[in-house]
Amino acid sequence: MNQVDTATSVVPTRPWVASRSSQTKGLAAPLIIGIAAYLIVLFTGFAGADGWALLFFLLILAMSFVRSRKLGKTKLTNSMFNVVITGGALLAFAPWLSIFYSLVSKGFHGIYLGYFYHDMRVTTPDDELNLGGVGHAIIGSSMMVLIATAITLPLGILSGVYLTEVRGRLTRLVRFVVQSMSGVPSIVAGLFIFTTVVVTTQTFSGFAGSLALSILMLPTVARTAEEVLKLVPEDLRSASYALGARQWRSSLMVVLPTVRSGLTTAAILGVSRVIGETAPLILTAQSISSFKFNPFSGQIASIPMYIFALLQIGTEYSMARAWSGALVLMVIVFSLFVVARRLGGKDKR
Amino acid sequence: MSDSGLITAPQAVPEKREMHVVYSLGDRIFRRIVTAGALTSLVILALIGLFLFARGAEIFRDMGLKFITGVKWATGSEDGTTAAEFSIGPMLVGTIIVSFIALIVALPLSIAGALFIEFYSSQRLKRTLVSLLDLAAAIPSIFFGLWGIQIFSSIAEKWSILLNSYLGWFPLFSNEMQVFGRSPFVAGLVLAAMITPIITSISREVYSRTPRELVDTCYALGGTRWGAIRTVVMPFGRSGVVGGAMLGLGRALGETVAVYLILNLVFGYNFNILEAQGGNIASLIATRFGEATPYELKGLLAAGFVLFMLTLSVNMIATSVVQRAGKDHS
Amino acid sequence: MSQIENSTTMQTQNSDENGTTMNEITTSGAATVVADRPLGLETRGVHAWFGSHHVLSDINLQFPERSVTGLIGPSGCGKSTFLRMLNRMHEFIPSAAMAGEVLMNGSDMYAPEVDAAAMRLKVGMVFQKPNPFPAMTIKENVLSGIKLANLKVPNHDEVVEKCLTRAGLWKEVKDRLNASGGSLSGGQQQRLCIARSLAVEPTILLMDEPCSALDPGSTLRIEETIHELAEKITVVIVTHNMQQASRVSNYCAFFLSDGGPGVLVEADATRKMFTNPTDTRTADYVQGKFG
Repeated sequence: MNQVDTATSVVPTRPWVASRSSQTKGLAAPLIIGIAAYLIVLFTGFAGADGWALLFFLLILAMSFVRSRKLGKTKLTNSMFNVVITGGALLAFAPWLSIFYSLVSKGFHGIYLGYFYHDMRVTTPDDELNLGGVGHAIIGSSMMVLIATAITLPLGILSGVYLTEVRGRLTRLVRFVVQSMSGVPSIVAGLFIFTTVVVTTQTFSGFAGSLALSILMLPTVARTAEEVLKLVPEDLRSASYALGARQWRSSLMVVLPTVRSGLTTAAILGVSRVIGETAPLILTAQSISSFKFNPFSGQIASIPMYIFALLQIGTEYSMARAWSGALVLMVIVFSLFVVARRLGGKDKR
Repeated sequence: MSDSGLITAPQAVPEKREMHVVYSLGDRIFRRIVTAGALTSLVILALIGLFLFARGAEIFRDMGLKFITGVKWATGSEDGTTAAEFSIGPMLVGTIIVSFIALIVALPLSIAGALFIEFYSSQRLKRTLVSLLDLAAAIPSIFFGLWGIQIFSSIAEKWSILLNSYLGWFPLFSNEMQVFGRSPFVAGLVLAAMITPIITSISREVYSRTPRELVDTCYALGGTRWGAIRTVVMPFGRSGVVGGAMLGLGRALGETVAVYLILNLVFGYNFNILEAQGGNIASLIATRFGEATPYELKGLLAAGFVLFMLTLSVNMIATSVVQRAGKDHS
Repeated sequence: MSQIENSTTMQTQNSDENGTTMNEITTSGAATVVADRPLGLETRGVHAWFGSHHVLSDINLQFPERSVTGLIGPSGCGKSTFLRMLNRMHEFIPSAAMAGEVLMNGSDMYAPEVDAAAMRLKVGMVFQKPNPFPAMTIKENVLSGIKLANLKVPNHDEVVEKCLTRAGLWKEVKDRLNASGGSLSGGQQQRLCIARSLAVEPTILLMDEPCSALDPGSTLRIEETIHELAEKITVVIVTHNMQQASRVSNYCAFFLSDGGPGVLVEADATRKMFTNPTDTRTADYVQGKFG
């Protein structure tokens, strides 16, 4: 009997994927269409990048129609929707890509070493970009965010512990309220703190600002804390109870330590949520142009308000500084994200 | 029946015994503290509503229903000869108009984005796009104001002019002053860019939970990718997408800074979305706050209360829709 | 018969107890099933990978027309993967790769110019867990394949009745065609899925453990249905249940994996596989010594 030798190497293939050559041939048509669209834009009323994009889209759509017309109605619809959905997705992503690009291209001019440790006390709107800085705003934002974290992290953890450990009768209510609270408009949070704290203390303050930020930060921290605590396997709790531990010991000494990095993530995500908020600060901390280290009396600087103030001045250099401040803020948020993602995987499961 | 081997003869069912969990003192204190901490969110929410209402109550009393339906926001004269009259009608309508423009534009784009990420992109591209999406959701609103003014305004202005020249006969798109650029239309488009990440994120998550076998069955029956999406994925994800859209709407309703910077605040009803005037409640508060008299401040607080109730209701409905969608399909 | 090419053939005429004549089965290296009728489907040198993980090796199998072939073997040896290669569903998994040919009517369905969606109209599939479309009524479920492929059908009601009858479900649902698909019992739902697959008129029906989630009563009902279906179409059924294999199939193919890729140990008429298999491993498996 002939034994087929299965040890001879057989090469895995993917016959359903278009071959290299037909893939490159497939790119030829869109490329030609792109160039055609560009030429049309140059010579007619379709102006600008958006004109080109629209033209490109319509031409590709037409090409798909012509190509798939003979394949039957379902294949035709499929091809057309391929184009429509891809186009729609690109349009959805375009603003964010544009923002990221602008942050770098426009903000990069104003960045110099001194930008980080100077303030705007002596800088006029027409001073060149190697003067002035965002240092005061960084300090102010950091102080406010720190205070807000000190307030919301414990409350968020308590909320998470309630929902996962204590699991009392109000569980559904608490969860619902936490979720709904994330919809409070930032200006309303500012308005509330203004009515209560600012009016009573007769002064704007960084502290009032951090209270307003806390209102906006708490839902994020609480929700993340709950998710992180939910990941703790039930066996861990069971083992602890089976050893005779009381609930509070079990929570504090067994459950919480295992989610340490997860809770740090909750704090970081909360910070990234509020560090860019402007509206609440308009009503509570306002803004100033010099360094200040006391968050409890008087106005204080912050990065979003720094940007906001510069935007309203509107001179060429102010706008450039606004972009630079925004770039700094974006880098901070991005770094927070990266750290949060790293930490996210580190909990011992 | 007699006993046989190890099996006892069946007895009648006895009375149930009560089982109580008795917590030690330490545990009781612990549970109290934790419950109190968890309820702070509820307390804060209630306090916000209460304070805004209490401080704004005078305005509600003085203006009655005209607070919502009136047309004026007048501070009155200093000697008291003309009374102050505050109403948020135009701003409330403006809030809704701008938010709806944002939603109408954002929803199809978000659905396309979600479908693209889930069904039209390779594994590697999908991972990149999901990270991009998360980052986009974290973009602070002031960036959208900045980008809106410096970069997008001119593009949107061009579109407005085009829209007006072809469809200007339709009341919605007419423009008397022929000044474009700082209109509800432009502000709505910027808000659309702002709320797209949330809606896309939630929609994508719902679509990813479509049972794999239902999609496979569509292909096994000889269907195409769009056929599978239309037949199975979109019906499955419908309630989740609606919930996501409402969350996006809630965000747009309360947006302050972007609208403040882009929209030309004019106090009056304006249904011509291409006309450069409008406003929403949030930007009204931000604008008038600085120079407000004590009485006007109460008016702003009353306005804030209305905004608060509006966004809270939208968010509560959205939350329950999304939660129910999650439960139905888990 | 002319289907045998590069194999050593032993052809003898045999009669079993009922007087039906069957040709003796041939084996060539990896086992092949040959019979006296045209082939509904044939695989030649089929391999499958997930990434670098080699899961199927050199499967040469022939499926005679209008018969039921059971794919048997312990779990994890690639039977379901192989089934999914027969209607090109395997390629939906991102890391999937293959080698070899799957021939339908003599031509390879993996050739670049083949329209996979059109092919799947001819090769239907029923899955393990019954999965009628939840958002559709019973009638809409049956017609869903026709709608998806936009087939022109003159009389929808006629098709619905015909398919539900062939699937053995017509009598039970004919008065509630507008009820939701999910309102049926498990066994009824699976028969609905069978009716749905039949609506696009396939010549081959692939079934991936269709009864494993069902109670014995429904299982028997579906096995009867399979018998009736095999009068007109070719059925390939993956099953863990050897008794089911012996009840329902005309031919069996025994897959086995020793930790490496799954291989085809033996393929033959069912009766022979169960009473007098050629390979000792087959004998051990059908006698329940492992699996």
